[in-house]
Amino acid sequence: MSDLQSPASTGTAGKASDDAPVKATAGGDAPSGPAKTGRSFLPESTLLRHLLVLAACAVLAVAVLELTSPFQNSQLAQLTYYAIAAGGLTVLTGMNGQISLGHGALMAAGAYTTALLLDADEPLPLPVILLAAVVVATAIGALVGVAAARLHGPYLAGATLALAVGLPGLAIYFHDIFGGEQGMRVRAPQAPEWFEGFIDAVSGNSASSTKWLAYVGTICLLITYFFLANLIRSRVGRTWRAVRDQEVAAELAGINLGAWRVLAFVVSAAAAGLAGGVLAIVVRLAAPSGFTIVLSLALLTAIVIGGLGSLVGALIGSALLVFLPPFVTNLGGDFGLNQTEAAQLAPFVYGVVLIVVMIFVPAGFVGTIRLRWMTRKAKRAMAQAQAAGASRG
Amino acid sequence: MDYFVNVTLTGLTQGMIYSAFALALVLIWRSTRIVNFAQGSMAAATTFIALALIQAGQSYWVALIVALLSGFLLGALIERVIIRPVEGGPELNAVIVTLGLFVAIQALIAIIFGSSFQSFPTPFGVRGFEVGGTTIPLTPTSLYIIGSVLLTMALLVALFRFTRVGLAMRASAFSQEVARLLGVKVGGMLTLGWGLAAVVGSLAGLLIAGGSFVWPAYMDALIVFGFVAAIIGGLDSPVGAIVGGLILGLALSYVNGYVERGSALVSVAALVILIVVLLVRPGGLFSSTTARRA
Repeated sequence: MSDLQSPASTGTAGKASDDAPVKATAGGDAPSGPAKTGRSFLPESTLLRHLLVLAACAVLAVAVLELTSPFQNSQLAQLTYYAIAAGGLTVLTGMNGQISLGHGALMAAGAYTTALLLDADEPLPLPVILLAAVVVATAIGALVGVAAARLHGPYLAGATLALAVGLPGLAIYFHDIFGGEQGMRVRAPQAPEWFEGFIDAVSGNSASSTKWLAYVGTICLLITYFFLANLIRSRVGRTWRAVRDQEVAAELAGINLGAWRVLAFVVSAAAAGLAGGVLAIVVRLAAPSGFTIVLSLALLTAIVIGGLGSLVGALIGSALLVFLPPFVTNLGGDFGLNQTEAAQLAPFVYGVVLIVVMIFVPAGFVGTIRLRWMTRKAKRAMAQAQAAGASRG
Repeated sequence: MDYFVNVTLTGLTQGMIYSAFALALVLIWRSTRIVNFAQGSMAAATTFIALALIQAGQSYWVALIVALLSGFLLGALIERVIIRPVEGGPELNAVIVTLGLFVAIQALIAIIFGSSFQSFPTPFGVRGFEVGGTTIPLTPTSLYIIGSVLLTMALLVALFRFTRVGLAMRASAFSQEVARLLGVKVGGMLTLGWGLAAVVGSLAGLLIAGGSFVWPAYMDALIVFGFVAAIIGGLDSPVGAIVGGLILGLALSYVNGYVERGSALVSVAALVILIVVLLVRPGGLFSSTTARRA
C-alpha cells in the first residue's frame, strides 16, 4: 500500500538525483521517506495519505467482492490470509533481512487458537477471537525471535525450519486438546444482521456465509496492511532497514540490533497469527497437514516473486499462490497427467519460479519495476544537470 | 537394561545416518558458504532411482552404486547450473535458491514416481543376533549402516588428507583467491565438492530408506535432523557433524523410547536441542563464534 505513493509522483519531473539505482540484492527497497518531488495529488502526511489509500482500497474491495462469483469469493478469502501472512513476512525478511521458514507454524498457532475459542459453547465475539490468535502467535514469535535475533542467514533459516517441522508435532502430542492428526473442525462464525443489510444496500446480492468470511478476511487484510505500511514508513521501518543493510553502522549509531530484530519478528508473528485465524474460519479446519513446510515455503515464494520489501509485491505474490495452482493443475491435466501428478505441478512451478527469479530478477516483480523507474529518473536528472552545466559553461 | 541397550543402539544407528547427512551439509558449507536445503530432496531423488532399479529386478548393490553415481552427477550439475550464479551473492538469495530446488525436486519425484508410500528393501535382516540363547538388539542392518557410514568417512578423510585433489579442495574452501593464485581450478573444486556431498547425502537417504517406506517427502525430517546435527557441531567442522549426529541420534532415541507418545515429540525435541545449543554456543560446539558471521 505504501508503494502506491510512488507511481502517484511519477508524473512529476524527476529531480531527486540521490535516488540513484539501488543495488539489486535480495530486495528492491521501498523508496525512503515521503515524496520529495513537488506536485502530488496526495497529502504530505504519511498517515493521512495511507488513510486515503485505505479508503480507496476498501471501496475497491467491496466492488470486487460484489462483482465476483461465490467461488471467486472463496478464492479471494484464501488470498487474504496468504496476503496477511506474506505482509508480515515482508516486514521480517524484506525490511529486516531475517529469513523465516517457520511462519507456517506461527499461522498454526493462530489457527488452533481460533478453533479452540470458536468451539466454546458461547463463543466470544469474532474480533476478540482473532485478537487472541494474534496474541498467542505474538507470544510464540517473541520467544522464537529472541533466539532468532542471534542468528544469521542459513542458521536462522535452519532454526525456523525446525520450528516449522516441530511445532505441528505438538498438536499431535496433545491430541486430546488439538485433535491429533485429524485436527479440529472449526465452527464458521455467523454473519451479523447488519452485514445482510449492508450487502442488500450495496448490491442486492445474498449475504452468504462464504461472502461474510471473504469480508472478514478483507477487513483483516486492510487493517494489517494499513498498520504495516505506516510502520514501514516510520522511524521503526528506517531503523529495520539500517539494521539490515548496515549492521555495524547501525550499532555504532546506538541501535540495539537484537531488540530491533526481535521487534521485527514479533510484528511479523502477529500478522502470521491473524492470518492463521482467518485461515481457520475460511478453511474451517485446523490440522497439522494444513501447516506443512510447504506452506512456509509458499509464503516465502510469494514475497520473493513480488519483490522483497514491498507490500504490494506481497499481495501480488499471494494472488499468484491462489490463482496459479488451479491454472497449472488444469494445464497438467490437459497434458495427460493424472490428478495426483497434476496436483504436484504447482509446487514444482513454485520451486522453479523461486530459482529463476533469484537468478535472473532477484529484485522480484515490484522491485524490478521500481528499479527501472528509479534508473530512468536518475538518468533524466543526470541529463538535466548536464544540460544546466552546459548552458552555464 | 535390555531396553536401554536397545534404545541406545537404535540411537547410535540413527545418529550415524544423521552424521552422514550433516557431513554432506558441512562439505558444501565449507566450500561454498551455502547451506544446501535441497540435500534431502536430492537424496530422495537418488533413492527413488535405486528403488526403480530394484523393482526392475536389479540387485540392491547395483541400485546402490547407480544411486550414488547419479547423486554425484546431480550434485555437480546443480552446482554448475543453478548454484554458480548465486555464489558469492547475498546469502539470502542462495538460501532461497536451495529452497526452490527443495520444493521443485520433491514435486518432480512425486510426478515421476508417484506420491504413494512404497517399501524399500534392505540387503540384510532386521532381526537381532542370537548369542547364547538371548537375542541382542544388534541387527545386521544396523551393522551395515554403521559400517558403510564409517567407511565413507574414512574414504573422505583419506581423500582430503592424502591426495592432491583433496588438498586442492581444501585450499579452495579455505581461501578461493589464494588457491586461484596457486593455480587451483577453484570452480572445478566447488563442483567436485557438491558432487561428493551429494554422494554422501544419497548414501544417508538410501540407508534411512532401507527396510522402511519411502515417499517423496520422506527426507523432510532428515533435513531438519541433519541440519540440527551440523549446527550442534558447528557448520564448519566435519568432526562436529559426526559428533552432533550421534548426540542427536541418542537424544531423539531416548525421547522416542522413554517418553509416552514420544514419537510425536521427536521433531519438537530436535527444535529444543537446537535452540538450547544455539543459545549457549551460537556457533556450535566445535566452532569458533566468528565462523558464524562468515
